[in-house]
Amino acid sequence: MKLALNINGTRQEVVAEPRDTLLDTLREKCKLNGAHAGCEHGVCGACTVLVDGEPIRSCLMFTVQADDVEITTIEGLAPCKGVLSVLQEAFCDAHGMQCGFCTPGIILTAHAFLSCNVAPTREDVVDAISGNICRCTGYGQIVEAILLAASRLQQERAETLAEGTST
Amino acid sequence: MNDAFPKYKYISTPQLVREDRRFAAGGGNYVADIEKEGMLHIALVASHHAAAKIIEIENENALSMPGVHLVVTGADLAAETSPLMNGLDTPGVRRFPLAVGQTRYAGEWVVAVVADSRALAEDAAEKVRIKYEPLDYVLDAEKAYAGATPVHTEHGSNILLDKTFVWGTVEEDFAAAPRNLSYRVTWGRNSTVPIETFGVLASWNAWTEVLDVWASIQMPKYADQISRALGIPSTSVRVHYDVDVGGSYGVKRGIKHSVLTGYISKRLNRAVRLIEDRLENMRAGDAHGPNRIFDVDVAYDEEGIIHSMKIRALDNAGAYAGRAPFQLGKPIGAIVGPYKIHSVQYQAISVTTNMAAQEAVRGFGQAPTNYAIETAIDKVAYELGLDRIDVRLQNFIKSDEFPYKIPSGTEYDSGDYHAVADKVMNYADYKNLVAERNRLRLEGMLAGIGIAACLEPSGGNSSFEPLLNPKTKTTTWMDSCRIHVDALGGVTVSIHTTSAGQGHETLASVVVAEGLGIDPKKIRVVRPDSLNSLPSNTPVGSRMAIMLGDACFEAAEKIKMHLRKVGAHNFGCDIADVHFIDGTVFGPERQQLSWDRLVTICHREFHNLPEGMSPGLHASHIKQVPSGTKLPENDQVQMYPCHSFEFHLILVVFDPILAKPEIKRYIIGHDCGTIINPHIVKGMTLGGIAHGIGAALLEEFVYDEQGQLITQSFMDYLMPSSHEIPEIEIVHHCTPSPLTVFGQKGSGESGYLGAPAAVSSAINDAISDLGISVDKLPIKIAQLSDAIAAADGKN
Repeated sequence: MKLALNINGTRQEVVAEPRDTLLDTLREKCKLNGAHAGCEHGVCGACTVLVDGEPIRSCLMFTVQADDVEITTIEGLAPCKGVLSVLQEAFCDAHGMQCGFCTPGIILTAHAFLSCNVAPTREDVVDAISGNICRCTGYGQIVEAILLAASRLQQERAETLAEGTST
Repeated sequence: MNDAFPKYKYISTPQLVREDRRFAAGGGNYVADIEKEGMLHIALVASHHAAAKIIEIENENALSMPGVHLVVTGADLAAETSPLMNGLDTPGVRRFPLAVGQTRYAGEWVVAVVADSRALAEDAAEKVRIKYEPLDYVLDAEKAYAGATPVHTEHGSNILLDKTFVWGTVEEDFAAAPRNLSYRVTWGRNSTVPIETFGVLASWNAWTEVLDVWASIQMPKYADQISRALGIPSTSVRVHYDVDVGGSYGVKRGIKHSVLTGYISKRLNRAVRLIEDRLENMRAGDAHGPNRIFDVDVAYDEEGIIHSMKIRALDNAGAYAGRAPFQLGKPIGAIVGPYKIHSVQYQAISVTTNMAAQEAVRGFGQAPTNYAIETAIDKVAYELGLDRIDVRLQNFIKSDEFPYKIPSGTEYDSGDYHAVADKVMNYADYKNLVAERNRLRLEGMLAGIGIAACLEPSGGNSSFEPLLNPKTKTTTWMDSCRIHVDALGGVTVSIHTTSAGQGHETLASVVVAEGLGIDPKKIRVVRPDSLNSLPSNTPVGSRMAIMLGDACFEAAEKIKMHLRKVGAHNFGCDIADVHFIDGTVFGPERQQLSWDRLVTICHREFHNLPEGMSPGLHASHIKQVPSGTKLPENDQVQMYPCHSFEFHLILVVFDPILAKPEIKRYIIGHDCGTIINPHIVKGMTLGGIAHGIGAALLEEFVYDEQGQLITQSFMDYLMPSSHEIPEIEIVHHCTPSPLTVFGQKGSGESGYLGAPAAVSSAINDAISDLGISVDKLPIKIAQLSDAIAAADGKN
């Protein structure tokens, strides 16, 4: 069946079978390969994408359920090709990854988390990513990356605010 | 050699890991991301029986479905391909990608279905009907060893390997020692279970007669094995190394998947892909780790000095040989751990059973062995009422005793175990840690301190092969680097393997940058395909910092020597008076040739080149492993060259009823010599500890009595989440290796090699007052809770 998906701010028409998962459609039809198939039963979180800003398991959602929602994939986070978001930069600076396979899912989860918790503690961050399995890092540098991003974003907001009041 | 490099410009500095940018952007190039025109897909039909004769395969209903191209059976493969490689001399243990004639474990692949899409292939796979006649099966390693029906009738028994080594005067030492003790510990069947399953895409071109292969592979001699199995020339297999591997830690060795996919591609003249689903991965991916029973006898004295050990290690290899038996061989290179133990007896037994096949797992058998050795130290301390750390300090090899040759023939390169332990004790404030444990106990909790001191043999060679299979006469184990400087002065470095998150592009760029004195950001690192590559033995055995690191450095040295020759010719002086500093060549009278000038001379000014010098600017180096270059003699051999050291000190607490262990503190002292990249070494160490905590507390492939794998998903096979991993504190120490250019040692297996022993040690300390102990990993919450309840009932 035909349907239109809103992905990373662009409307895209796709043809999907009723049994196709959103993960399959994103990868195979939309050629957005940043979402990865890890377990395909909703545990590992490698397929995480944002639906209306909330992290979801794209392996557990049918494509036909994704009509009329806003989907954000990892490809939608970087402001433009070659430039990373503050959060993505922080992951590079803290080496919050190794093989990179779980990384898009974790960055999207962290992106959603930081949009509603601007000053998280270490414990908050550990809670936030506890639904995403990483086999390489033992999570230490991932937590550091997210805390680093949080402090940089706070700094950015403070600077924007200061600029706003000074003009 | 270390004195020549008192300070580094790039080595040991926190250079960003260059691979991270593409991964953070979702731009990794994993095998499942690669598509070829007209690509077909494979789905698999698996055996439901632990062992059964295949009577009949009905595949007409599958073949007649639209979009289905082929159904392949084991009989096809047996007729047209050669068996997969065995490391041991066990010709009766034949393995093909699909079961031939009979199945040997539940989940084993029997039929492959090829269709336009994976979904169609799965639909068709459901239409395949197989008639079986169930056979006897064996799951228990002791029963397999004692003579249960052989898994492979042609082999005649279940014993793949049964070899007893006696190094030194074991019986005399036992007779002379005033005390001895015996125990059994068991390492459960777990694995590293990468989040990316194994995948392979093969594309045969009948006009060029080349099989192109893209795979999430981490395995030495991969292209050679495909060539041999398919009976095509080695020059007809082109493995693409520019594929990002989504985690491996040893297990990504899908040779059966690759031979099957290559065979189908060749037969159909089409691109064909096989990506395991999680179930295929867990029950038949050939990716389970060691599953080992240790029976240990220890001879020691009243002071806690250990004089001798007898170790019997019985390993359940699963249904096929694979690399499993060799995982009993590698630990021979550190069979006494960091301790001065005078003599050792080691019986290594590997048996087949009707379980999934075992493959290489992080540490290649060393983590289970370390767990067995560390248990000995704890038990000796308990028996004598001594402090467990004191017993370790007493038995440690001393820093002035290196190089130190252990009874099994390996020489440890360097180390200062006392210094690392001291640093950790001071950092942790050990007395306070003990006080904290005691305070928790007074609150009614069970609390324990865990200690593990162990080695990470690194630099990987294959000495265990000739040691366990005298027909194998190999001593060569290498890695390589090629540097090409183009006509504009750009530097491109080639490395010749895939990576699975270890940051080899960063490693190569940093080392070449150090050698040439240029910014690593200006260096391009590429991975040519296997037909364009120099030999590599891939990232196994914690070897890349050592082997690729040294290869890159030596190649840079050759570039420097070449440019000094150019300088000497142009300055009209002796080469000894020419110096290369940060890309510029200086003569004895302050003459200089800049990098740009040198490059121009090499590429455009043949008239300025010394006589006999070829134009262009490039260098290659193939690095042979620094030790282990002789065949074994008298059952002794030099195993890996370098020996990193780790000292774990942890505090674990749990409620006596719930028994869910919480790790309150985790401190690790880590000495891997000179660190090339601090980000990468930290990540390896933290990740290794997380794997170790998983192996100690959560992870196990469990079979029921019928031989069915009952942990078939991530809801049954539990892995640590961020909640289970504490904030880990790393205490660094650096004892450079005398065998490497920068003094670096390996760190790819760090953390994992001691964490399971440390967790076991802590839990046993916590429950020791109850008069019980746990001697099997993983220590699951329910089993621990039951053991405590039973002990309470008795008391």
